[in-house]
Amino acid sequence: MTVQELPGAAAYRPTPPPAWKPLTDPAPLLPDPEPYRVLGTDAVADVDPELLLRLYAELVRGRRYNAQATALTKQGRLAVYPSSTGQEACEIAAALVLEDRDWLFPSYRDTLAAVARGLDPVEALTLLRGDRHTGYDPREHRIAPLCTPLATQLPHAVGLAHAARLKGDDVVALAMVGDGGTSEGDFHEALNFAAVWRAPVVFLVQNNGFAISVPLAKQTAAPSLAHKAVGYGMPGRLVDGNDAAAMHQVLSEAVARARRGDGPTLVEAVTYRMEAHTNADDATRYRGDGEVEAWRAHDPISLLERELTGRGLLDEDGIGTVREAAERMAEGLREQMNADPALDPMDLFSHVYEEQTGQLREQAARLRAELDAEHGADGESPAEEGR
Amino acid sequence: MSTVAATAGERTARARPATMAQALGRALRDAMAEDPAVHVLGEDVGTLGGVFRVTDGLAKEFGDDRCTDTPLAEAGILGAAVGMAMYGLRPVVEMQFDAFAYPAFEQLISHVAKMRNRTGGAMPLPITVRVPYGGGIGGVEHHSDSSEAYYMATPGLHVVMPATVEDAYGLLRESIASDDPVVFLEPKRLYWSKADWSPEAPAPVEPIGRAVVRRPGRSATLITYGPSLPVCLEAAEAATAEGWDLEVVDLRSLVPFDDETVAASVRRTGRAVVVHESSGFGGPGGEIAARVTERCFHHLEAPVLRVAGFDIPYPPPMQERHHLPGVDRVLDAVARLQWEAES
Repeated sequence: MTVQELPGAAAYRPTPPPAWKPLTDPAPLLPDPEPYRVLGTDAVADVDPELLLRLYAELVRGRRYNAQATALTKQGRLAVYPSSTGQEACEIAAALVLEDRDWLFPSYRDTLAAVARGLDPVEALTLLRGDRHTGYDPREHRIAPLCTPLATQLPHAVGLAHAARLKGDDVVALAMVGDGGTSEGDFHEALNFAAVWRAPVVFLVQNNGFAISVPLAKQTAAPSLAHKAVGYGMPGRLVDGNDAAAMHQVLSEAVARARRGDGPTLVEAVTYRMEAHTNADDATRYRGDGEVEAWRAHDPISLLERELTGRGLLDEDGIGTVREAAERMAEGLREQMNADPALDPMDLFSHVYEEQTGQLREQAARLRAELDAEHGADGESPAEEGR
Repeated sequence: MSTVAATAGERTARARPATMAQALGRALRDAMAEDPAVHVLGEDVGTLGGVFRVTDGLAKEFGDDRCTDTPLAEAGILGAAVGMAMYGLRPVVEMQFDAFAYPAFEQLISHVAKMRNRTGGAMPLPITVRVPYGGGIGGVEHHSDSSEAYYMATPGLHVVMPATVEDAYGLLRESIASDDPVVFLEPKRLYWSKADWSPEAPAPVEPIGRAVVRRPGRSATLITYGPSLPVCLEAAEAATAEGWDLEVVDLRSLVPFDDETVAASVRRTGRAVVVHESSGFGGPGGEIAARVTERCFHHLEAPVLRVAGFDIPYPPPMQERHHLPGVDRVLDAVARLQWEAES
């Protein structure tokens, strides 16, 4: 006999626990079942041809930048370069959708986004050349330092966007991370904070298939990375990361949503890392040529070029002009990077604290003495030990 | 810091008993009132006023946007504070307990400590991380760690530890005003310690990095800080019965380290014992002993000794009194300072 069958218990109805109510309706937050596309679909008719041409020129320039930076590693001019070859549509779109006052939070693979935003390539590459950790003033360019510890820049983007909103400033932060980075605790905490605070942030995950050698299937059991958004109460968007027009549209919508005060969005861009993790990596140890070739047929530049030439918006001459401009950029970069950077070893002690501590002053004096001895100069005598 | 320091006479006239927790809360309040860029964030800091009530009343006075209850995630709290500081705010973060600050370690080490340096001085982060720390309050596991050695080993951070009610106010104000990040370690067992203190007429504040002689003496120097200061002062009083006149130096900060005050004291007394709660092996005492030896070797009558917590995980509360350095252990160390050589 159950409770409901007891005499006099006819009025019993099961009710939810008293404190429970749904906080958010999950349905509108769900991503599309397949990566959203614009190129080759009816949606492309709504895209301004000027934008498509601009995206094309930037993609070609970006590809050339990646090739040049990789070449610089072989010449010993860069210590290391994590290439974004194949991911140019993500990098370019991320840069182009932001206003000047907005902030970009790049990872170490995103120097191209910083350059597309207008940063001098040499300043963007000092980290990878190895002369300075950050070669630019982040506040001047509204570009956070390139971030190496995975996903740790995401809470910074949330805090900055939150602070801007508290001050009443119309500022959006766009933070970039890879598929591997989504496994980090900071990814989770950043998304949670952003959603709770309704911070004006856009999270762009470039799912390029690999975290160095580890494929996505070993990284997550989620239906897609975009689905993770739902658990935080923000919309997730799944996009073809090699479709520059789709990337531009989806990121623009997410930025506009953040600007309206409607909170953060998680965008998963499905793309592919055509090169190894860095020049120091050997991708043949963990993936086959067939996979790479399949993605080569889905190259972001080819996809857009096909669209533009097919509609008569671009011809051989136009392509030539774009390539020439990219070549000039590469030439300039080569020239600048072939000059040795000027370094002062005494700078090592300059920016640890606002004011040097006693022990830093002692150590600086010791290094000064070493340098003077090295150069045979008549420098001041080293600070006496133990003073 | 623009607070006008009162004269000693005014301070005495207005002073009344206050706890360290109250002085800390007053420092936060005054800093927030003075500078709209100062924001407090952490777990339970708003409505509840913090589990130690240090932030009591701040949300009510300044609103939830200035004193914010965050989601329960320390890396997220400190990471968000980094972004807020990048945009020009001056965040004061509360970590609820010493051992609960560890999830924020990566943000602290990789970003908070390094941002000034990695941006060539362009973007310093004026963040204060308040950490209730240390044992002696009967806390169960993970509530009593002495974590200062981790922090002091990281260039770019200041590490500050008040030991008196007056310093709790002054050092916290200085830490918040500093453009460098500060890990501010609040000795939990001193939260309820009382002293006559006047919040309306605070004492003049010295910049971070100055140690102070709390008790002058001629026989030997006890070098200590934070929760161990009262232990050392008590030991110094007890030592008079043995004929020892002990000097007690309160470091007030491990970074910057005040070599001058410490070395001057040891050169006067010729003997030194470092006292702290943190484990001895790899603890601050080793660094302090080395610095003293390097600077005062020819003045030393005996090796610099250390009285520290044992090299064990912090014990359960019913056993903690055996772990914490107490008066007897300090006096025992003083007795081992080779006095026989003098006779």
